[in-house]
Amino acid sequence: MADAGEPEGPERKDDIVKAKQEGKELTKEEKQRLRKEKKQQKKSKEKKDDKPSRDSEKEKKPASAASPAPQTPTQPPAQKAPSAAPAPVPVPASETPSAADKPAKSKAELKAERRARQEAERASKGKKGDVGPQAAPGKPKAPPSELQPVVKRLPEHVQVDNPEVLKKLAKKLERQQIPLRSDYGYKVSLFSHLHQYSRKAPLTQQLGIPSTVIHPAIVRLGLQYSQGIVAGSNARSVALLHAFKQVIRDYTTPPNEELSRDLVNRLKPYISFLNQCRPLSASMGNAIKYIKKEISNIPSQCKEEEAKRKLLNCIDCYINEKIVLAAKAIAKYSIEKISDGDVILVYGCSSLVNHILCEAFEKNRKFRVIVVDSRPRLEGREALRRLVQKGINCTYVLISAVSYILPEVSKVFLGAHALLANGYVMSRVGTSQIALVAKAFNVPVLVCCETYKFCERVQTDSFVSNELDDPDDLIVTRTGTTQLEHWQEVPSLGLLNLVYDVTPPDFVDLVITDLGMIPCTSVPVVLRVKNVDQ
Amino acid sequence: MPGPDKETDLTERIEAFLFDLNRGGSGAGPLRGSAETARETTALLRRITAQARWSSAGDLMEIIRNEGRRMTAAQPSETTVGNMIRRVLKIIREEYARSRGSSEEADQQESLHKLLTSGGVSDENFRQPFAALKPNVIEAINELLTELEGTTDNIAMQALEHIHSNEVIMTIGRSRTVEAFLKDAARKRKFHVIVAECAPFCQGHEMATSLSKAGIETTVITDAAIFAVMSRVNKVIIGTQTVLANGGLRAVNGTHTLALAAKHHSTPLIVCAPMFKLSPQFPNEEDTFHKFVSPHEVLPFTEGEILSKVNVHCPVFDYVPPELITLFISNIGGHAPSYIYRLMSELYHPEDHEL
Repeated sequence: MADAGEPEGPERKDDIVKAKQEGKELTKEEKQRLRKEKKQQKKSKEKKDDKPSRDSEKEKKPASAASPAPQTPTQPPAQKAPSAAPAPVPVPASETPSAADKPAKSKAELKAERRARQEAERASKGKKGDVGPQAAPGKPKAPPSELQPVVKRLPEHVQVDNPEVLKKLAKKLERQQIPLRSDYGYKVSLFSHLHQYSRKAPLTQQLGIPSTVIHPAIVRLGLQYSQGIVAGSNARSVALLHAFKQVIRDYTTPPNEELSRDLVNRLKPYISFLNQCRPLSASMGNAIKYIKKEISNIPSQCKEEEAKRKLLNCIDCYINEKIVLAAKAIAKYSIEKISDGDVILVYGCSSLVNHILCEAFEKNRKFRVIVVDSRPRLEGREALRRLVQKGINCTYVLISAVSYILPEVSKVFLGAHALLANGYVMSRVGTSQIALVAKAFNVPVLVCCETYKFCERVQTDSFVSNELDDPDDLIVTRTGTTQLEHWQEVPSLGLLNLVYDVTPPDFVDLVITDLGMIPCTSVPVVLRVKNVDQ
Repeated sequence: MPGPDKETDLTERIEAFLFDLNRGGSGAGPLRGSAETARETTALLRRITAQARWSSAGDLMEIIRNEGRRMTAAQPSETTVGNMIRRVLKIIREEYARSRGSSEEADQQESLHKLLTSGGVSDENFRQPFAALKPNVIEAINELLTELEGTTDNIAMQALEHIHSNEVIMTIGRSRTVEAFLKDAARKRKFHVIVAECAPFCQGHEMATSLSKAGIETTVITDAAIFAVMSRVNKVIIGTQTVLANGGLRAVNGTHTLALAAKHHSTPLIVCAPMFKLSPQFPNEEDTFHKFVSPHEVLPFTEGEILSKVNVHCPVFDYVPPELITLFISNIGGHAPSYIYRLMSELYHPEDHEL
């Protein structure tokens, strides 16, 4: 509830900060009352003709059901009548049940009162730009048990072409004392809404040593991400969680602060920093959400040592459950799908798919593997090394030779970076191509993905949200001599180095997750089940 | 004596040509364009016609067939050599028929009626000597050479009919025909080109630099991103190494994927191929269809510890079935893939399909 108040007005934050500075340990009700009082003080200073409506409001509070009726005459003069009018309607819907059991639901009542006050404020203050976002978060909280209409703010990293968003980001980073990373090179016009960084200019060059704002484990992690040393969805998440464990170990609660709130605030600049080094993946996003939730659920009377131990334990459990055990479960299901004499095609280096193949080989299944690789990352070579070390019979080709090699293949196993809510599979660029050609040759395509990578976003093409890697990677060719060395000097030449692409669900035959084998279209069902659990 | 000298000179030239074919096709140096090969083959055939000893059309055809077999054996994947030889053989047949006075049309067409009435073996044995045959044949070969020289320009002239402004065109690898096509259209229209680099030789890079120097907005993408960007592409224009008898293509590695992606998005696939690339082969001969180059292009020797335990393939060509192709643009105009068989019957005589 405290979080709900923050995006609605900078005044709230100031109030809370003031209250903190006063050194009081306020409960949530007290804080709300404080806010209410301060708002009223401001109100009385600005417009004296609103007092009658204020007084009528105060009368309304004990009889909350009567609130909509007197409010409506104040609203028609305002131009926001059509937007504000539907807003009071859900208010009585929630207020009537709250009025019925008043003593138990006092919080909901206070919320409703606060909302009613907001409406009156808006009506009286005249034209203000932030009615829209205020109305929107006001509505979804009214029916808390139903499906929440998700009105998310668009993430910054897909709005690079919007100068206001960039300015906001710059201000936020300045406040958190994190350097801003600048884009590099000529960006293809289709992707002008995404960042494009150069590997030769890592963010850490702009940080002073020692950096007091960012924990050194996080700085190291950021550098590893931006240079591609730690790559791959699982690897990045695990590295992130280990770094956070280090941060928690080194953390001490400052006096007069609560661990649950201060630690979350401490993590925010780290996350911004990591985001600047390399945009966060869906799995990392889910891991961060989990950690934040665990931290904010720490009861305030918990001692610091115990709280830290609990958090470290939680993180270990998360890694164990969601990654290690999930891999075991997925391997168990997948081995049923591998028969003797199979020729399995894999693409790039997916830790999960490699694990499955190694397990299947240990269980004495007879199969051979074809590893498909693509420039410029050439991750398939890493997968090839691991499989050859195990003793699996392997073939290696580049992605342009896929239609030559596919007639020999009996199954295709692909890894995923994230599974989107509309059934699309987001994975390394080239995966959708392999699925397309496999479909044309009628070869079954199986995607292996842990449930913690499931994501609530929806996407239909690879343009709106993607990652652009360093374009200079395309220049290096094997023979050493390159044609594109001076591509920057040629004005009409652009290089595009995409990292991800989305595969439509009709190309995918089966998704193997730790919950079982599901079709691609069942992803929103799993998400819903997970949300209900949490 | 001029005779033996000319002959040794001729054999030297033939040997030099064979050596060139053998070396040039290994993928080492810059791959020579098909147009050059076609021109050189035709020039060599003209020289053979002029300098070799023959008395009747049959002899000449025998000589050319023998040399032709050696040339195709030197580089089986270079089908333009075989195509030119068949063209010249057809020219010889036509000139012979004209000299004999019979009309060309009736003899060439294989109709069901003719099969039933004529009773099988034709009475053509090409043994009659004609004095005017040699200069006629040489003149016809000269015409063929002029036609070959103009193919790229003829195709490029049709560019404006197919490209409108603000289009996004996709291509793969490097084709001189497509390059000329796009540059010609760029003189009047503004459009954007996406070039897939076509690993491992990355010829797309050369294509991109050349197009961008002509002022066309070009983007280079990796082969893996073909399907990802296809949704924004309006047309796919590619070149090919060979056009097969069923209307399919034998094109550079990665073209089949490109064609499948275009089909999925219902994007038209246009192939710019001059007539000399049309070959009477069918794609069924698996062992002669594919050509492989050294796998160290794919997995270099620096990966030594796994190299010995792994099979690595580096095919050069891809087969694209005719269902995925929308249009062929050749120097004589545009055709649907289903019309290719007809064009072939006009270019080559059925008895020459097997050299």
